[in-house]
Amino acid sequence: MRLAFAFSVYYYLMPRDVASLVDTLAEIVGPRHVRTALPERVTYAKDGLPTHRRVPGVVVLPGSRDEVIAVVRLLGALGMPFVPRGAGTGLSGGALADGDAVLIVLTRLNRILKIDARNRLAVVEPGVVNVRLSVAAAPHGLQYTPDPSSQTACTIGGNVAENAGGPHCLKYGVTATHVLALEVALADGRVVELGSPGGEPWGPDLVGLFVGSEGNFGVATRIAVRLLPVARAVRTLLADFTSLRTAGEAVSAVIASGIVPAALEMMDQSCIQAVEDSVYAAGYPRDAAAVLLAELDGAHEAAVAADAETIEAVLRAHGARSVLVAADAQQREKLWLGRKKAFGAMGRLSRDLVVQDAVVPRSTLPDVLETIARIAAEYGLTVSNVFHAGDGNLHPNISFDGRTPGLRERVEAASAEIMATCIAAGGTITGEHGIGLDKLRYMPLLFDGDSLAAMRAVRHVWDPEERVNPGKVVPVHACREWAGTRNAERGTRNESPDVRSDFRVPTSALET
Amino acid sequence: MSLLDRVRALLGDEAVEVAATADGVPRVAPASPDAVALLLGTAREEGWRVRIEGAGTWLPADAPADLALTTRRLDKIPAIEPQDLSATAEAGIGCDLLRQQLADRGTWLALDPPGLAGRTLGSIVATATAGPLRQGFGPVRDHLLGVTFVTGDGRLVHSGGRVVKNVAGYDLTRLEAGAFGAFGVIVLVHLRLRALPRADQTLVLEGSREDLTQVAEDIAVAGIQPAAHELMSPALARRERWLLAVRFAGSAALVAAEEAGLRTATGGRFAPLRADEGHSLWMRAAESFATRPVAFRVGGLPDSSDELLDLLQHQIGDEWISASPAIGTIRWGGEATIDRLKRLRRTLAGLEVPLTLERAPWPVRSAVGHFGAYREGVGPLVAGLRRTFDPGEAFVVAAEGAE
Ligand SMILES: Cc1cc2nc3c(=O)[nH]c(=O)nc-3n(C[C@H](O)[C@H](O)[C@H](O)COP(=O)(O)OP(=O)(O)OC[C@H]3O[C@@H](n4cnc5c(N)ncnc54)[C@H](O)[C@@H]3O)c2cc1C
Ligand SMILES: Cc1cc2nc3c(=O)[nH]c(=O)nc-3n(C[C@H](O)[C@H](O)[C@H](O)COP(=O)(O)OP(=O)(O)OC[C@H]3O[C@@H](n4cnc5c(N)ncnc54)[C@H](O)[C@@H]3O)c2cc1C
Repeated sequence: MRLAFAFSVYYYLMPRDVASLVDTLAEIVGPRHVRTALPERVTYAKDGLPTHRRVPGVVVLPGSRDEVIAVVRLLGALGMPFVPRGAGTGLSGGALADGDAVLIVLTRLNRILKIDARNRLAVVEPGVVNVRLSVAAAPHGLQYTPDPSSQTACTIGGNVAENAGGPHCLKYGVTATHVLALEVALADGRVVELGSPGGEPWGPDLVGLFVGSEGNFGVATRIAVRLLPVARAVRTLLADFTSLRTAGEAVSAVIASGIVPAALEMMDQSCIQAVEDSVYAAGYPRDAAAVLLAELDGAHEAAVAADAETIEAVLRAHGARSVLVAADAQQREKLWLGRKKAFGAMGRLSRDLVVQDAVVPRSTLPDVLETIARIAAEYGLTVSNVFHAGDGNLHPNISFDGRTPGLRERVEAASAEIMATCIAAGGTITGEHGIGLDKLRYMPLLFDGDSLAAMRAVRHVWDPEERVNPGKVVPVHACREWAGTRNAERGTRNESPDVRSDFRVPTSALET
Repeated sequence: MSLLDRVRALLGDEAVEVAATADGVPRVAPASPDAVALLLGTAREEGWRVRIEGAGTWLPADAPADLALTTRRLDKIPAIEPQDLSATAEAGIGCDLLRQQLADRGTWLALDPPGLAGRTLGSIVATATAGPLRQGFGPVRDHLLGVTFVTGDGRLVHSGGRVVKNVAGYDLTRLEAGAFGAFGVIVLVHLRLRALPRADQTLVLEGSREDLTQVAEDIAVAGIQPAAHELMSPALARRERWLLAVRFAGSAALVAAEEAGLRTATGGRFAPLRADEGHSLWMRAAESFATRPVAFRVGGLPDSSDELLDLLQHQIGDEWISASPAIGTIRWGGEATIDRLKRLRRTLAGLEVPLTLERAPWPVRSAVGHFGAYREGVGPLVAGLRRTFDPGEAFVVAAEGAE
């Protein structure tokens, strides 16, 4: 059975060695947790994005930190590439592995190792599902604040790798703000501890560098995060607008008011319809061009109430047709459920859904939203917007049926135009979903050859052979040569357009 | 050609300061990021050793080097965007000037680092020195949206951007924050701003350290969330006894509610300060650290804060202390020998508490290092990053001490 599958691990190993690789992996994690049959491997061929598909060579599911380390050491000794994977909810193709790579699935490492209520911190294994940590912390009056809409499925390890955000990150900060320390298994199986329990680095901020590195620097095997008190007072407001532009302008007005809402989310008409047609119908006005969901929270009832009144006045003064204040927790939850399940609801609109991700300066939202609508019309596509408006973090989502000839190409072309629009507005190509495979081609629009080469050189400090999650994040062909002497006469700017990929790299720090 | 002639030929006469530094090292002041890149590219070829300086508001420069690169002419503020609560500023801008311009546009950078008001923005980022406001608004890295820096071999590298959320590429911005210049000269910084708080109130309570430690604990337990919550030694606070200072900043409703909460939690023992009194308390405390030859910070846990203060008192004295008990960080200033500092770092490392040397004369910081006591495997990573960003070892930075 073992040799019945054809996979290109043969590229690295002789058939005899493939058999022994699978045997050795099975010795480490138990035979049940090594998946080699094609139908099993195919279940890991995608993440949350429908446009990329890769079938991994072998799938291994370690059950403990020690098993992860042993697996990584083995692959290091064999020089084999591997890809860490959490729940596979990523939206940039980051957790996909080719046939010549081993996929290390971390969902069995799902223990919460410690909750220290006094110091407001928790230590977890990487496979812990995001929402479980907040549930476990609740009895202490604490929560893990970053709340991606996928929080009932995605793992904290995946959150760390992507530097995930969520609606409430407007006030409380994205994942990077909340990670204190990490234990990481490097490409060769060496284990390093980064950061300290209090969050102060032992030197340069390697925790900060690791967060958002999309699995390129190693496998996070233990994660210490900060917990925050659950807010005692909350107000949730739903404002509706008759034009997308006015809603966008209201966002800037709220931000400039000086009050930082816990969350400020926007949904456009197409998204509202999808939600209202689903089981998560939240009572959003169907005829609105857009709604804003704003939440204020804090420790004091009176202060939150006063701030909510201010925000309500700002929204009304900036064109809100009506503002609804949730009367109780039940109504608040209903309003939020519609938002959190909006992606699922939109998934029902068509066979395929591309969830896009980009960020623009908040003041440019009105113009950018109009441009996106124009692009959608030009390409004859349905684009719905549901996004973290307070951060300027857009999610223009394209619904389509991938079986229609030529449609995928149109989706790609429209996506590219949307990205170019966001960059031109002074923004960026991803605010939380990462580069993965999907956004590689846009990186050179954002960064010059020297900056990309710097990223690649930094990667080589952690993983000199580029074996961990190969081919992601940095488009190698667009990097400029890094090592070597500079030509002072030519200046330091790289006028010459030639781009090289065969550059030398500094000797790895890890080869000691 | 002499070094200075080379520099003049590269950057023009005006880039070279005629008056040399106190220790005779020639000082060069490039006027643009490109000029910094050109200079460092040449330094790499010529093997010059370079020390990075900000505005020169601290003690005189003393690191041995072939030339001093000062950022003082990189002092432009290309953008302040109140609607987006973001700004872009060059690294050599003095923080007092920046603050002024931000306030004129109704915005605020919620950082109150130690040192003089004219410290450069670049030095604050490079040393990651936050002050008491870290309690409410986070460490320096949380205020950065992106940076542009120049490597030791003269490459301009961009990281991040000017939007408030960004995960495109690895986060080199966080790496530059707190690297003490070892990974490059920061030339441009994109900042996350806040709206100027409508209300800003400081309240203080004097007492014994033990008493105030208990009060600080009561405040945390009551769920009060001040912008700053600082325990200061008598010398630092210029009082007879220790001082617990609590600062609330935000909307009028929020500040009023927090003040009421504080009264309830502590039995009304705190005395409110007038706006000018509050301002000068925080300013003087920040400036005091620039008058001591040595300053360091340690980062522990809230529940070990008191124990750490005991340890400092015992091993190195506690005359100049500013502690944030609710987050576990402590800043220490004073005089200390190399041996004492090294011993203290070792002891603290055993408790999982890092010590970062923020300031010291060159002989001390070159022996002790800004950093040390790395966990296993971290040293090689840091060394690898240094080779990456400074392959010719152009920068004179005492990142790690001598063994
Ligand atoms: C409906 C829906 C809504 C979403 N909403 C949000 C949102 O609001 N905000 C947001 O930020 N994202 C959102 N996402 C995207 C996704 O959920 C996040 O990126 C999440 O962090 C991915 O976690 P995961 O466990 O699924 O990781 P995976 O998809 O399995 O992996 C993502 C990346 O992390 C790496 N990785 C995983 N575990 C580790 C580890 N232990 N060590 C090192 N690298 C590792 C992988 O190699 C891969 O590159 C959403 C996705 C969906 C489908
Ligand atoms: C006895 C003595 C001890 C000293 N000890 C120290 C010390 O331990 N640490 C220290 O910083 N200075 C120290 N100094 C001062 C320092 O040598 C320079 O005088 C100072 O950098 C000059 O500018 P400044 O005072 O504005 O410094 P700052 O502008 O405050 O600079 C402080 C630090 O930030 C770095 N830096 C500044 N701008 C940038 C930038 N744009 N990019 C990257 N890095 C940057 C500098 O290299 C320096 O390490 C000491 C001086 C003396 C005489």
